Amino acid sequence: MAQLAFYFDGTRCTGCKTCVFACKDKNNLDTGLAYRRVWEYTGGTTEKGADGTCTTSCFSYYTSVSCNHCDKPICMANCPQGAISKDDETGLMAVDAESCIGCGTCVNACPYGAPKVDPETVKAVRCDGCADLVAAGELPACVMACPARALKFGDAGAMAALGERGAVAPLPDPAETEPNYFMTPTADARAAGSDEGFIGNPLEVA
Amino acid sequence: MSKELSRRTFVQGSALAGLGAATLGGATLFGCSSELAETGADGKAEPAPVEEKIVWNHCAINCPGRCALKLHVVDDEIVRVETYAADSDDMDDIQPRACLRGRAYRAWVNHPDRINYPMKRAEGSKRGEGKYEQITWDEAIEIIARNYQEVIDNYGPEAVYMNYCTGNYGVTARPWFRLLNSLGNGYLAFYGNYSLAQLMWITPYIFGASVGAGSSLSAARDSDLVLMFGTSPVETRQGGAVSHHDYVAMREMTKGKIYVIDPRFNDSLAGRSDEWLPINPGTDAALVAAIAHELIANNQVDKEFLDTYCVGFDEATLPASAQGQHKSYQDYIMGTGYDKVEKTPEWAAPITGIAADKIRALAGEIAAAEALFVDQGWGPQRRSNGEMTGWSICMLPILTGNIGLPGTSNGLREGSYSVNLTSMPDGENPVKAKISVFSMVDAIDRGHEMTEKADGVTGVDQLPCDIKFVINYAGNCITNQNSDINWVHDVMSDESKCQFVLGSDILMTDSLKYSDVILPDLFRLEQPSMIGTGGDGGYMLAGSEPYAPKFERKSAYDAAALIAAALGKEEAFTEGKTQEDWLRECYETSREKDPELPTYEEAMEMGVYTRKNPAGAVIAMAEFRADPVANPLDTPSGKIEIYSEALADYIAAHEFADDDFVAPIPVYAPEWYGAETVTDEFPLQLSGFHYRGRLHSSWGGVEILKELNPQEAWINPADAAERGIEQGDTVRVENQFGAMELLAKVTPRVIPGTVACAQGAWHDADMNGDRVDKGGCINTLTTHRPSPFAKGNPQHTNICQVTKA
Repeated sequence: MAQLAFYFDGTRCTGCKTCVFACKDKNNLDTGLAYRRVWEYTGGTTEKGADGTCTTSCFSYYTSVSCNHCDKPICMANCPQGAISKDDETGLMAVDAESCIGCGTCVNACPYGAPKVDPETVKAVRCDGCADLVAAGELPACVMACPARALKFGDAGAMAALGERGAVAPLPDPAETEPNYFMTPTADARAAGSDEGFIGNPLEVA
Repeated sequence: MSKELSRRTFVQGSALAGLGAATLGGATLFGCSSELAETGADGKAEPAPVEEKIVWNHCAINCPGRCALKLHVVDDEIVRVETYAADSDDMDDIQPRACLRGRAYRAWVNHPDRINYPMKRAEGSKRGEGKYEQITWDEAIEIIARNYQEVIDNYGPEAVYMNYCTGNYGVTARPWFRLLNSLGNGYLAFYGNYSLAQLMWITPYIFGASVGAGSSLSAARDSDLVLMFGTSPVETRQGGAVSHHDYVAMREMTKGKIYVIDPRFNDSLAGRSDEWLPINPGTDAALVAAIAHELIANNQVDKEFLDTYCVGFDEATLPASAQGQHKSYQDYIMGTGYDKVEKTPEWAAPITGIAADKIRALAGEIAAAEALFVDQGWGPQRRSNGEMTGWSICMLPILTGNIGLPGTSNGLREGSYSVNLTSMPDGENPVKAKISVFSMVDAIDRGHEMTEKADGVTGVDQLPCDIKFVINYAGNCITNQNSDINWVHDVMSDESKCQFVLGSDILMTDSLKYSDVILPDLFRLEQPSMIGTGGDGGYMLAGSEPYAPKFERKSAYDAAALIAAALGKEEAFTEGKTQEDWLRECYETSREKDPELPTYEEAMEMGVYTRKNPAGAVIAMAEFRADPVANPLDTPSGKIEIYSEALADYIAAHEFADDDFVAPIPVYAPEWYGAETVTDEFPLQLSGFHYRGRLHSSWGGVEILKELNPQEAWINPADAAERGIEQGDTVRVENQFGAMELLAKVTPRVIPGTVACAQGAWHDADMNGDRVDKGGCINTLTTHRPSPFAKGNPQHTNICQVTKA
């Protein structure tokens, strides 16, 4: 089975969220729904001493993530309806709206929080890797949107040649689902599971 | 809102229903009318496939990005916004990819509050209340023409004013100056802008009028030390072929160490914390002075460059009028100048918040650099001491001779390589008087008192009258983007002052609520349009309308033509041409100047035309550096002026306040409301920054952007803890000018003692009630006092208190 994958260059990402909005436009997503998220992970301190001068150990970086079309899709394994499928030819995940009952099991199962339940249709929705564009020989909307050119998409082998499986905070340990998400971390990046920092933009990734 | 929801419901419904139906091409093939939505939502009727067309157009807001928009159009609706992108690993391939805002155009264009009809202020309502009733175009034009003529007859053309605006750019986008000139009377013009008024004013004194920017960011690839003062290139110009992309490309390729000197760990620092040098806002000049002290004390200035290319560094190159009076820059720095204070790192440390040893270390790195690239954003100069700060930052490349050579810049903001297009001509304005762009409301309030000596009026010694007729087109600079909104409201709502305000826009902005008549405008992308711009590489965008104007909306050109016709000047204004005729004619003029450009038809077909800089990079002032005698600067001495005799003369002939620190050399001037002048009542500094989810206030009313770009006050954990404030709390930020409420972002990404707030949020206050701005618009708290020289907007110069709301 072939598998498509995302590559994310953390050294290029500036956190602008153009990928998120290109995705929202392509998929007609209003407020309340986004298939891609950009996490800010921040830590350290910035302090002033008694003499008024400043010292800082602050670090901060962004990570753009959608559905990672995992090798071990825990969402699919847990779906009580068998509504989630992985395409044989592309490895891209999809939800069958007919069978989905909107129970949210996939939402809770996915350590990346990739699937969402559309509050209007009460069906699970998610990044499908822009399967229609990919079928037409194009690349996903997010990839072609990035002004800093931090995203790539292609055969998992080719993407894996560019970087490691994503394993930086606030992402989970990739061993859990084996995400098809390969990346180059920034100098500031902390390892998955780190407690050195915190989610700096909670309202933007809700 | 209901419209937006129904559209999404439908399109999603059809996408799901149509999965696998590849021949239909997915969701974007279907239209979005409410009728279809009902059909689609019930899932029974099979929507018939309709033809999709691709239309190129461009973004046109106040960002040199002006990125490419590839519109997918079905049944007169834009169903998807793509941009110009190629799957290429070459970072130098020019791709004006639209940013998040460009990708949110559908929500803006189809906003439920879009202005669709001409309107006049509702009977019995006061200006500023925002109550309007629909009228016909005929009635609107009659009211406008009548008021215009009355103002001309009663007060003269100096009472007519077209306000600064940044919501619509393109070669035919600004017909209003042409209209006012075509009417034969002219108007009171402005100088400067809200972006870089202070730096624009001072730069001619330093480098001459022909130097307006620094080297392109690509030049910094050859630098070994890059200093970014008060700037975040990835945030302020977010497109894929301007600073955002260019900065990312540069930092990947340069061998240089980068420092970003900013009160905020801005997004240009993301992932690169070792590059952050936090500084108190408004104190950059003190940092520069202390670095200069070290360079001078350690004999590390480039004396040969200073003697050959500059005047005023020391006594030897001062003009005769200044000699023997300890007026040189060196005297100022070393403590023998006018204030007799030696600018040591220990002096600068408590002012800047940067420890003396760090200043010494930075000075050492600067001295050791072979090619120093200094770049300043426009934040440091948008302050009460902005002229002096902007000039001071340029002193680092000047002192070290890092100007006009590979890998260097001159200390101004990064320059660009652009495709330049000719715009529709404005005509001749017979009125000589001008005011600073920031003085509009002042000139309504007390224009007849405003003078050349005290208020920066130019062309005349004193204004003959107040402003009585204002055109506010595609601009939000009456209140929202102007300063001291509460004061502006009082002036603008006093109908005995300004007689008439003509507003035209696409949404009801806060400023538009002060209109007497409102005309419904078109987006640039709804009209044939062209624009040229650039970053490291140049490009031109061209496009046509995706659909005919909807409702009773008209282009600004057509609206202005109707006003001209009502005043008997249609022929003078249009010369018998449509907007598209002008576009074509302007383009032919552009092609005469630049024959490499494609034909008009080709340009429209291509949508995007790109051009690499044949020189590789723009190196600012390279010709002057190569031969300063053959290529002198446009300054009185022909050299870089570190002491400006012209400025000394200006200072002697003008009036300043006691707390305006003015000098003919670049000094550190403590601010009115700054690091050294916080008070017990308002103990924090408050500084604005440009936000990713808006361009100033443009897109500020678009819900999908607001949701993921929340309006927040960045506050350091130490300042937050002292006030019992936690992440996500609603806080009140208050000072002597007003109060606003917004969410707290508690973060080590801002220096203690400073609150940072993205500018441009939509003002939302009950102006007849408590006036507390629930929108978090920083201009509720900014002063309308102009900067000393440029009379520009000092909108980052604020102090405040923050409390849990």
